[in-house]
Amino acid sequence: MRLIRIGAGLPLLLAAVASFFLFPEYLSLLNTLFILAIFALAYDLLQGHAGVVSLGHAVFFGMGAYTAAVLAAHGVTEPVVGLLAALLLSGLLALLLTRIVVVGNDLTRLLVTLGIGFLMLEAANQARWLTGGADGMSDFTMGPVLGLFRFDFAGETAFWYSLAALVLVYAFLWRLTTSPFGLALRGIRENVRRMPAIGAPVRRHLATAYTISGGIAGLAGALLAQTSNFASLDMLGFERSAEVMMMATLGGTGSIPGVVLGAVGFSYLKDALSAMSPKYWHLGIGLVLMLSVFVLRGGIAGGVSALLRRLRGWE
Amino acid sequence: MALLEVEGLTAGYGEAVVLERMSLSVEDGEGLAVLGRNGVGKTTLMLAIMGHARRFAGALRWQGRDIAAVPAYARVRLGIGWVPQERDIFPSLTVEENLLVARRPGPFGLRDAYDMFPRLQERRRNMGDKLSGGEQQMLAMCRTLMTNPRLLLLDEPFEGLAPVIVEELEATLRRLRAEKGFATVIVEQHAEDALGLSDRAVVLDRGRVVLEGRSADLLADFDQVRRWIAV
Repeated sequence: MRLIRIGAGLPLLLAAVASFFLFPEYLSLLNTLFILAIFALAYDLLQGHAGVVSLGHAVFFGMGAYTAAVLAAHGVTEPVVGLLAALLLSGLLALLLTRIVVVGNDLTRLLVTLGIGFLMLEAANQARWLTGGADGMSDFTMGPVLGLFRFDFAGETAFWYSLAALVLVYAFLWRLTTSPFGLALRGIRENVRRMPAIGAPVRRHLATAYTISGGIAGLAGALLAQTSNFASLDMLGFERSAEVMMMATLGGTGSIPGVVLGAVGFSYLKDALSAMSPKYWHLGIGLVLMLSVFVLRGGIAGGVSALLRRLRGWE
Repeated sequence: MALLEVEGLTAGYGEAVVLERMSLSVEDGEGLAVLGRNGVGKTTLMLAIMGHARRFAGALRWQGRDIAAVPAYARVRLGIGWVPQERDIFPSLTVEENLLVARRPGPFGLRDAYDMFPRLQERRRNMGDKLSGGEQQMLAMCRTLMTNPRLLLLDEPFEGLAPVIVEELEATLRRLRAEKGFATVIVEQHAEDALGLSDRAVVLDRGRVVLEGRSADLLADFDQVRRWIAV
């Protein structure tokens, strides 16, 4: 997986910029792809690097979406301020939840995060006065980004706004995962028992990773609420939590460019398959996921690096 | 003041007692060998010092300070380094990453690890699971040294290694102790190797210290040691 980690960021960025000119009529779709890529990257910091699974990560995505929407509805319409507030509040929520998430094993984590997801969904549903309940929130308007760039109907501002956020998140996570802290997370994934022997405080590391991951997921949610002018319950529902896991798996969990491709590939597949068969598209997704796990061994990133290894005549 | 002091330690796992009222101490810079048959509690002693076994009674002091309640990772930060028997190299980290993940401030760094074992530098881009047993042991030792310990606990470091590798490791350990002056506790089945590397030795049987003495004396009168370690 290392081979394609190196230097894959620039081609991806060029492809993203090129898509602005190649698919001008799909800018809002591309915007959504960037946002999902951010969300998937946030999630994969946990699954792919620290080896911590979660079935409730949309909680933070939704928290960010509602934070941005509520702020805008109360007059704080500058998007970047909303974004930072979502980052902080979602990160704070994650920090508060670490105590019950980080302990235990994968199974308890799955159940606990699933439970948290259902609780938060119901809480958001009940708090109609704040969230609009099942109707969602759309009675807010965003101001121009940094007071300069107005959101336009074609989605040009949204495109660049989300792409800029994606680039920042990508660079930040790249830096983080190659730092000693990132190595420690991978050590935890590989052999948690051995980590104290090298002086690593496992719980604190996991809490830090969970907080960062929750914050960035919230940032992604805020971006979606701001650029679609809508926040709704499905943004923190189970389906979104499950989808982000599938994106990471399809792309190659643990590989930053792989996960970005996974988010794009998954969204494209979902779109294409549901156009083909609105009723049975889950079947197609299921098959592709199984192929990516069993045949590609490590998703898109695993497949590409296996191919590269073969081309270079290794192994 | 002793660097590490174990006093009346009773420890084990769950309800099982493995060590009974064990007492021993290690001075700064001293080399201690812990000998004994399989299952007498040698590894448990290491685990108890590191905070991975259950302590029923007794005291554990580091430079005079009680550390019985200090979590395992913080003991490493105090200066206790442990090379576990299983080596436990992280398989999907490269050799270099395996070293860097353990790095803590201090005189020993990447450069020193590579000087010590040039083989590790040659293999620094290899994944941890693509190493021979000897290389794994070198890496495990260096990874622990990267935490810059004052005391190095080595659990059966020569197990399953070719004699030529054992010699290399022994020479390195000797040099390390002479140059950097840190204390070592070495647990070994191969009593002669361990005695040759240490100043003092204790022999354990059924969770207790049954024999204690200077390594040179024990080597000179090896029969009394053999009585306790012969299978």
